[in-house]
Amino acid sequence: MARPLADEVRAIAEQYPESTSAVLPALRIAQERHGGWLPPEALEEVGEALGLTPAYCKGVASFYDMFHLAPVGRRLVEVCTNICCGLRGAQDVLQAFERELDVRPGETTPDGAFTLRAVECIGGCGWPTVVAIDDRHRLNVSAGDVPGIVQELRGG
Amino acid sequence: MADVIVLANADERDLRQLAEYRAVGGYTQLERVRSLEPAAIIDELNTANLRGRGGAFFPSGRKMQFIPPKEQIPKPHYVCVNADESEPGTFKDREIMNRVPHRLIEGSLIAAHAIDSQHVFIYIRGEYLDAFETLRTALDDARGAGLFNGVTVVLHRGAGAYICGEESGLLESLEGKRGQARSRPPFPAASGLYASPTLINNVETIATIPKILELGGAEYAKIGAPPDSTGTRLFCLSGNVVKGGNYELPMGITIREVIYDLGGGIPDGRALKAVIPGGSSMPILTADQIDVPLEHDALRALDTFLGAAAVIVVDDRACMVQLGLRVAQFYMHESCGKCTPCREGTRWMVQLLEAIEAGDATHSQLDLLLDVCDRILGKCLCPLGDAAAMPVASYVVKFRDEFRAHVDQGGCPFGGESSLEGLFAPVDQHTHHPVAEVPA
Repeated sequence: MARPLADEVRAIAEQYPESTSAVLPALRIAQERHGGWLPPEALEEVGEALGLTPAYCKGVASFYDMFHLAPVGRRLVEVCTNICCGLRGAQDVLQAFERELDVRPGETTPDGAFTLRAVECIGGCGWPTVVAIDDRHRLNVSAGDVPGIVQELRGG
Repeated sequence: MADVIVLANADERDLRQLAEYRAVGGYTQLERVRSLEPAAIIDELNTANLRGRGGAFFPSGRKMQFIPPKEQIPKPHYVCVNADESEPGTFKDREIMNRVPHRLIEGSLIAAHAIDSQHVFIYIRGEYLDAFETLRTALDDARGAGLFNGVTVVLHRGAGAYICGEESGLLESLEGKRGQARSRPPFPAASGLYASPTLINNVETIATIPKILELGGAEYAKIGAPPDSTGTRLFCLSGNVVKGGNYELPMGITIREVIYDLGGGIPDGRALKAVIPGGSSMPILTADQIDVPLEHDALRALDTFLGAAAVIVVDDRACMVQLGLRVAQFYMHESCGKCTPCREGTRWMVQLLEAIEAGDATHSQLDLLLDVCDRILGKCLCPLGDAAAMPVASYVVKFRDEFRAHVDQGGCPFGGESSLEGLFAPVDQHTHHPVAEVPA
């Protein structure tokens, strides 16, 4: 049985002089517990734990790219399409994922297995193209690597 | 290599291990300076002429001197380490945290002592999960070894917002808010985190401090391109180059040396077209300017900046309108929305660049684009708008013929063959702002 969210959040909040500072870590934990996104009840739980309104929590969450206010797939595949990866063929990598997963960037596969996103620079510019899978970075990915990656993710 | 400072010994040893870091003299400077007056540390940093490595190049010792004494503002003092490295082209802080986390921790604790602080916050960008875990382990090891001496160090993960690398956005985010820029004054030194005196420094700046104290400020100041550009930088090399990656070198090495001697040159037999010297927000240099030394004064003379030392190489396959469009899309996406010139101006830039790329623009709209850039520059609470306007304006000025060709030919002269053709920007995922149209 997992520790209640409120207990975990309050323990984190104790690290900070003001408990509102814990809203980002709290939202992250809530998102992990709710299948990778923040439904209204997740925002209520975070708000209750920190003495904030759900609206405040949603206002904060909506500012940050890594919080999702709509359902996402079980695996998150994010392809950097900023300039450094773009100069080295990121669009080919993204298109290869579109082909393999049969979705457009921003969409989730009908079976709920994958969400594909194009993302802004994730900080691996010297090793293009950078692909984040559930926040783990794969470096030097080329379009030719993509079928193997998708097969691995489907099999794993 | 004698002139490796921040990554010293990281090639030979696994410095993520506390014992290994201690074996190369790690934490001895912390232990030494704890018996010194804070002013002695700051003097040493001023002698070294350490400048901020996050991009602003502000003298680090002087920044510490701005922190008022506790008698003047009787509140806790805070140290915030800015590990929210998000500028396209930069990935050096990631390497520092992954390979020499204890040097960052030691530097943070020294900085805390220098401003009489008991509280350190390290704000790390959310996307750096591996670096977060490495740093967390290193913090646990250092804490377990009793090195904190009563100082609390909190590792705080961001959640994906470029603006949180801007100091006031970082403070807002750390307080649990949307990361929107603050009006200054008051400056963080007087009223930063929780309205208390706060020192904010970049990861590389902080991680340089232990070695400066080990070498002595005067010795450190001989490295690089004194008097202003002392010491080393981790140059982040990316784009159209054979061997991208981080290279720690003394400031003053030329762009040509970085690209050809270290990076192995341009792949696929292509020609160099342009170089961005400091990260995507910096004005661009043309191929004939690459003998410039990578140091502050020489780059200022060419109307650009060393920034975060991110050298982005662009070969002759890239359409400069597409490059400008993608850069503008990024800053439009990342604008926090607080200041009108940035929020609206970045959108206008994108719309104008889209029209130019599509061949739907007139020559006068090239001037309109420059005018929009000018109406953003210096008119916002933080430099994010400048970060969009400066580079794009430089592309228009330096590659005017290419921009004009788009107008004259009614479309992109690369005819679909540009290396950036079809590059997808994730702007459609952020539709919460109403989009204003460019006035006719």
